[in-house]
Amino acid sequence: MKLRIREQEISRDIFQAIAHPTRRAILALIAFQAMTPNAIADHFDSSRQAVSKHIRILSESELVTKEQNGREIYYQLNAQKMKEIDDFIEPFRKMWDDRFNKLEAVMKKRQ
Amino acid sequence: MERKTNVTAQDGKQDLVITREFDLPLEVLFQAYVEPDIVEQWVGAKVLKLESKKYGNYLLEVSDAQGNTIFQAHGVIHEFTPNRKIIRTFEMTTMSLGVQLEIYEFEKLTETTSKLTMHVIYESVEQRDELFKLQFVKGINNAHNRLQKFAGKTS
Repeated sequence: MKLRIREQEISRDIFQAIAHPTRRAILALIAFQAMTPNAIADHFDSSRQAVSKHIRILSESELVTKEQNGREIYYQLNAQKMKEIDDFIEPFRKMWDDRFNKLEAVMKKRQ
Repeated sequence: MERKTNVTAQDGKQDLVITREFDLPLEVLFQAYVEPDIVEQWVGAKVLKLESKKYGNYLLEVSDAQGNTIFQAHGVIHEFTPNRKIIRTFEMTTMSLGVQLEIYEFEKLTETTSKLTMHVIYESVEQRDELFKLQFVKGINNAHNRLQKFAGKTS
């Protein structure tokens, strides 16, 4: 029972975190390199304040972690947290499924 | 609908296994990996080079409308046994995700169906997970775009 509640909390947090296009864009930005809040904000037309609010929501969901490096704070994607999502590898599977479907269709046409 | 493609990836390991059953005879499935013009059609990249033989190499490329290279991958074929097995390396030059070893096994199921088992070994656990991450982020973006279209929102 306890476990179920925890699962619900996780999915709600993560769902909320990825529910906004700006936050999804932030996730995509920091997927491969840690970035400072200023560097992230430079990519958006919204105010720094608005962007930092989005970063805070992402941090609270733990999808994003921060690291202090000297005077700068860097934000990065938390792969460990993402693995808690049941279908963390589903998009990867889907990509291969689509590709193999295409292979099958191409070869059927040639037969 | 049955799941034709399966991905098995254990936490903390640096490899994964992809399996897929095809409604294609074994020889036809294997052919899809051998002929450059066929590979091009389903991989979605230009095949600049593909020597389907032992010690042969290959080069794939995707360019944008301006002709800039946005994706390039290459590798060397280590083993090439027709209708049975291909072992090759794969490395993306446009991304620093290291090199991976790919072992493809082709099996006949019936006269008209076949199975592919792809065992992929990465340099590290982190590199394998980076690829999951990449697709995950792409995936949530796509899912939400679809959702928004469905809801008729324009944000």
